[in-house]
Amino acid sequence: MQTQELRDIAVQVRRDIVRMVHACQSGHPGGSLGCADLFVALYFQQMKINNRKGKDTYLSFNMDGKGEDLFFLSNGHISPVFYSTLARRGYFDVKELATFRKIDSRLQGHPTTHEHLPGIRVASGSLGQGLSVAIGAALAKRLNGDKNLVYCLMGDGEQQEGQVWEAAQAAPHHKVDNLIAVIDLNGQQIDGPTEKVMSNRDLKAKYKAFGWNVMEIKDGNDMEQVVAGLRKAKRLTGKGQPIMILMKTEMGAGVDYMMGSHKWHGVAPNDEQLQKALDQLVTTGTIGDY
Amino acid sequence: MTKYTFTEKKDTRSGFGAGMTELGRTNPDVVTLCADLVGSLKIDTFIKENPERFIQCGIAEANMIGVAAGLTIGGKIPFATTFANFGSGRVYDQIRQSVAYSDKNVKIAVSHAGLTLGEDGATHQILEDLAMMRAMPNMTVINPCDFNQTKAATIAAANWKGPIYLRFGRPVVPVFTAPDQVFEIGKAWMVSEGKDVTIVATGHLVWEAIQAAEILEAQGISAEILNIHTIKPLDEKAILKSVRKTKCVVSCEEHQANGGLGDAVAQTLAQNFLAPQEYVAVNNSFGESGTPAQLMEKYGLSAKNIVEKALKAIQRKQ
Repeated sequence: MQTQELRDIAVQVRRDIVRMVHACQSGHPGGSLGCADLFVALYFQQMKINNRKGKDTYLSFNMDGKGEDLFFLSNGHISPVFYSTLARRGYFDVKELATFRKIDSRLQGHPTTHEHLPGIRVASGSLGQGLSVAIGAALAKRLNGDKNLVYCLMGDGEQQEGQVWEAAQAAPHHKVDNLIAVIDLNGQQIDGPTEKVMSNRDLKAKYKAFGWNVMEIKDGNDMEQVVAGLRKAKRLTGKGQPIMILMKTEMGAGVDYMMGSHKWHGVAPNDEQLQKALDQLVTTGTIGDY
Repeated sequence: MTKYTFTEKKDTRSGFGAGMTELGRTNPDVVTLCADLVGSLKIDTFIKENPERFIQCGIAEANMIGVAAGLTIGGKIPFATTFANFGSGRVYDQIRQSVAYSDKNVKIAVSHAGLTLGEDGATHQILEDLAMMRAMPNMTVINPCDFNQTKAATIAAANWKGPIYLRFGRPVVPVFTAPDQVFEIGKAWMVSEGKDVTIVATGHLVWEAIQAAEILEAQGISAEILNIHTIKPLDEKAILKSVRKTKCVVSCEEHQANGGLGDAVAQTLAQNFLAPQEYVAVNNSFGESGTPAQLMEKYGLSAKNIVEKALKAIQRKQ
């Protein structure tokens, strides 16, 4: 798939995100918008995904994920971007995005396996747990002789959780080199800029000291850089070290009034704001809203 | 009453170790994790025979629970092992989100539960874990009573699909159940039939209950002993059948009175058949350093206490 196609899909995913949070008047648009490019690059190009379809025309989903790459979202509050990407990729009907955060939905506020939504392999939302799960899944692949990769996305505010550092020391110790972790460096969290709330200081130096192979994506909202970064990360796997990508993004990327502040971490746009956002998110492709 | 004797004393954690050794040889999907307590959990043989299926997690229990959850995704059956204190309260949220809510086939196998951990004292003597784990949706909770039952429970846990909290202890205790028994999760074991009072017991308290029943028998009182090794799902049918006959019950556990086996029994009785119930359990306090026997005595968990509570329960019958 060409980079321009990926960009178009990312715009559509962003339209889905703002419409989803608007429809239920809750959820987390800021971080979701910031990570749209990464999700699209992973699911539509970089990850090896089982493309077999079930009778219902949707991708057939196996929990064990044998023979394919796996993705774990640790910062589960950016569920809108995860749900939209999964639906757009073909795991379930895009119309189901309209049920997000509503009663009896498979699209819970934070991702769960409980309602059996295809594409989700573990619940997340209580922060700091995803990297540990990803390590376990990567170790299972090793035990199974499965050469495919495991990806995990975390937030930068999430780095304040102690469990992250338990996992950070475990992965290099056990030479989990089929694991690519990404930290979304948007610099914002609920109470304000991460620097002010609880500084992460030098994450690059920290992860290096823990034994990770650390690389950077300078602009995680530039599809070309995201794709190049993921390609590079994949080349670094299989060399005895886990890979950490520090990826700078803009919270709210794609919607001007949501960018550059923590204000839109967990706030939904009103009718007028929604229209303003949609006016800015114009695809050149043929896909349409759900 | 049915007579029980023993020729040797062994620790229940060694029963777990023996179960793991067998699983290592028979089930290639079983993986063991441990948080720097290999010797205490008696899993040396499993590790020696299956080094590639052992994951040392260091003193980092939260990560261990997550790694175990991840392993299930590739079809593995992970046993995450540590002390009961560090495998329950310390990691409650990890178990809740990554294991129970996510419906992962993780076995949390924990030793040194309760007061009988002894000299290490209250920091390590978890007495609230059954309550926590019982409250958690989707969790199965098992507390076996001796070496043989623990070994059988370990093997049964591997064959059971879903999260399990398997709790056992440190000290050597009489081995009185059958070797190579089949362990049925969720099914009470009728230890001895009786008609005047039902004694429902779990873990180390089952042997105490047998001692108590013998004392009661000498006084002309016939006690029925029911071993509830599976706290959840609770064998309500067996409990109700027994209490409908005896009309009163004593619940016995090495755990707080709040939220454990006793409360599970009370919940069942309240909804189905009202009968006097007495608790043999720790009464809203932490433990302390001491020998297991001293602690069981001081905190009211010995056979003598079961006898007292049984007499009281009988007296409360109309």
